Amino acid sequence: MLAALQQRFGTWALRRQRYDSGTITLNQRSIYILPTRQGFAFGFVLALMLLGDINYNLSLGYVLTFLLATMGGMSMLHAFRNMAQLQVRAGHVEPVFAGDAAHFVFHVHNASKLQRHRITLHDTQGHSTAFDVAAFGHTEAVLGVPAPHRGWLKPGRLTLYTHYPLGLFHAWSYLHFDVRCLVYPRPAARLPLPAASADDGSGKQAIAGDEEFAGLRGYVAGDALQRIAWKALAREQGLQVKQFNAQQGRELWLDWSQLPAIADERKLELLARWVLDAEAQGLRYGLRLPGVELPSGQGPSHRTECLRALALFGLGEAAA
Amino acid sequence: MKLAAPLIYGLLASILLVSAPHADHLPLWVSAVCVMLLAWRAYLTYSGSPLPARWLLLAVTVACVVGIAITFHTLFGREAGVTLLILLATLKLLELRATRDATVLIYLSCFIIITDFFYSQSIPTALFMLLSLLVIVTTWLHLQTGTLNLVPRVRIAGLLLLQAIPLMLLLFVLFPRVQGPLWGMPQDAYASSGLSDEMAPGSMSKLSLSDAVAFRVTFNGKAPSRDQMYWRGPVLWDFYGMTWRRGRNATLQRPILSDASAPVEYTITLEPHNKPWLFVLDMPGRISIPADLAPDFQVLSKTPVNARTRYNAISYLSYRANLAEPAQQLKRALDLSQGLNPRARQLGSEWRRQYVSDEAVIRAALAYFNQQGFEYTLEPPPLGMNSIDEFLFTTRKGFCEHYAGSFVFLMRAAGIPARVVTGYQGGEYNDLGGYYILRQWDAHAWAEVWLPDSGWVRIDPTAAIAPARIQNGLSAALPDNAALPFLARTQSPFLLRLRFNLDALTNQWNQWVLGYNTERQFAFLTRLGMEDVTWQRLAMNLLAGVALIVGVLALFMLRHLYQRDTDAVQRAYRRFCARLAKRGMVRAAHEGARDFAVRASARFPQQADAIADITARYLALRYEERNDPASLQGFRHAVAAFKL
Repeated sequence: MLAALQQRFGTWALRRQRYDSGTITLNQRSIYILPTRQGFAFGFVLALMLLGDINYNLSLGYVLTFLLATMGGMSMLHAFRNMAQLQVRAGHVEPVFAGDAAHFVFHVHNASKLQRHRITLHDTQGHSTAFDVAAFGHTEAVLGVPAPHRGWLKPGRLTLYTHYPLGLFHAWSYLHFDVRCLVYPRPAARLPLPAASADDGSGKQAIAGDEEFAGLRGYVAGDALQRIAWKALAREQGLQVKQFNAQQGRELWLDWSQLPAIADERKLELLARWVLDAEAQGLRYGLRLPGVELPSGQGPSHRTECLRALALFGLGEAAA
Repeated sequence: MKLAAPLIYGLLASILLVSAPHADHLPLWVSAVCVMLLAWRAYLTYSGSPLPARWLLLAVTVACVVGIAITFHTLFGREAGVTLLILLATLKLLELRATRDATVLIYLSCFIIITDFFYSQSIPTALFMLLSLLVIVTTWLHLQTGTLNLVPRVRIAGLLLLQAIPLMLLLFVLFPRVQGPLWGMPQDAYASSGLSDEMAPGSMSKLSLSDAVAFRVTFNGKAPSRDQMYWRGPVLWDFYGMTWRRGRNATLQRPILSDASAPVEYTITLEPHNKPWLFVLDMPGRISIPADLAPDFQVLSKTPVNARTRYNAISYLSYRANLAEPAQQLKRALDLSQGLNPRARQLGSEWRRQYVSDEAVIRAALAYFNQQGFEYTLEPPPLGMNSIDEFLFTTRKGFCEHYAGSFVFLMRAAGIPARVVTGYQGGEYNDLGGYYILRQWDAHAWAEVWLPDSGWVRIDPTAAIAPARIQNGLSAALPDNAALPFLARTQSPFLLRLRFNLDALTNQWNQWVLGYNTERQFAFLTRLGMEDVTWQRLAMNLLAGVALIVGVLALFMLRHLYQRDTDAVQRAYRRFCARLAKRGMVRAAHEGARDFAVRASARFPQQADAIADITARYLALRYEERNDPASLQGFRHAVAAFKL
């Protein structure tokens, strides 16, 4: 029942709250406090003790009961203080492949000289991470959320809470950052790359092994790191890139329409696998999807672009 | 989730601390079992072994419960309940699996502390309570701050407790006190020590080994002399061969004091003794709390005194007590229906024949005690069936109960109505607190005889043997090697001072903390200026006070949060800017540190190096996360050395 109430309260609290942007500072307007179940139990124990004090006229019992009651009550202020004035900013989220865990990073900064203890960040699905923030300190809270499907993964409404110091009060605040994690399709099991084709489309076989060293050329942004001629660099000949014969005049097209008739998602998985393999082998490759064509290219940014296109393929509204 | 070892050690320490004060009244086997269980748990944690199986724990638990049932013949009532609680808490340690179990144990240990107050509420108990609480809260914090070390946790626990004290005091003063119990209590709810309504040989001398305080007295005005200080308690009429008992009064008529003069007014703070009688100076005139005056001038409270009680009373040192004693009562005062002690009867009737007046008989009896080699001792030899005969003619060694009892017997044998009065005699003056302390070793028994012209007259046969007992107290009257409590002996002035200081403190504690009841609360609040002390008014004041204190504490606690300028780097840099601003070089709000440095260097070319150095250090600390103390120190020094 408590959980249901909390759910409704959460909806209410968010009603007037738009997406947070930039750095938000937790304050008395965004921190809510309610007793925990242990808090109610403690109240019950105190009530029993007070009855005993009255009945047996135990003056020292009154002292103990009031001391504990006051300490319990004051722990509410401590709970608030443990959260208040923390500055939270959403950090960069690295794309992941479906099946892995997305790591949402939040930078929590404590500008005060009070140490913050055991603050927990959790989402509505029950994934959580706990952290401390030192005085004048900075902590990265990393929330791992499984990413089962390709596309955008949004963590939804996140909650920061603390039960410090005595577990009697639950002090919490909602985070609603507009963060999302790009989830690439899960790469299919290893399969040989399709045939590479020349510019004219004559269709010669291109196998990864038949490359032949042809010389060096100047580095152009986007060239793969593996192809940089490190020895040349060491000889102080500047940044040069090795060129291979096999690569010249040939392009690998990863084409949706050439794939056998399997489910769309499987096709995307297969294409993701090939993007990875082609990139690893240093090939130039292009990607053709229905309605999308990425010209042939190479390098991390090209790879990212291709994977992104695969991740968002067919998810019209989320592609923005 | 596996609980961390420090948490378990903390819980062990908490349970140990809260149970330790119970050790002296728990059955020995319970203490032994508890210690064994605690040691077992400590070993399991130390060696990292798994907890015992549930069936084993269940078997131990059942055995313990059966043991308690056998020892106490019940599972309820105070003693059995407390014992059960301690045993179960200890056993719970052995099936501590989740955080929830730890929380339960922490609440339990708080609860066990309160059961200790049934036995003692002294200042040391209060201090020990604070220590136990510190340990408990430190352990409690571990549940919410798993990674924190012991020392910072102790500091936070201490802070939590300290911050709770102001509000606790407010609640203590203003929380409405309810008089009396809310429900019926088991008979064993209160400890009792002190005078009973029976007197047998040995009962007084046993009491005189106790240094427990019976009551404290403050006189409003001059105190009477010591030999007038007879604090009247139970009056004993009926003799059963060995034992004197109160019996039943034959009338309910209030006794009358005539020709009363020399009034003395005083306040008594009576320790609870779980009996109805209130002690007053001979003879009582008026008393401030509801009480009955029995026909034999005994003052009886309506209910047993089971809480510390304060009352004012007026007594008269000079009086004629109940000249019109009813005949049935006089008959009781002459009753010797037990056919024992023939020689004492014979001695009494001899005196009757020999002397005309009652006064002469009394004098003869006192002279007999004084001159026939009687001895005043704490360790009299045991007496048989004819106890009075044996004491009067054979052993001749006794304590006040022997003298009072045999004197009354002799008077009755001589046809003079007489009764035994028990109570306390004398008192020790504490000049620091300005009050007298009456301890159990001041317990005394004396006699009263009824004379037609004077009514009941007090005669103290002990004074005939050991006048020093009446003048200077027990220790003066007994030989040095008597088995008296240490405190009762005459001591060095230093020890005496120390003892008086401690007792004065204890007295204040008793009056203001332990004795803070409905009346005290009313008086205190009235003195503070609260006009009519009602529940509503108390509640309003309580709310206002709570709001005020919480407000102040909140300001105090939260001030660090809202101080914008708490960053040491920023502070030092601002000092640098302020120094430049003094010379007209004000940093604009939008201006970055680097731009400002360029502008400042242009204005003060000689300082350009210093400005560049400070700015570089500042930027490094601020934006390169090079936040080590050494860099900060260097930055501060550079700022401090900067002069224009």
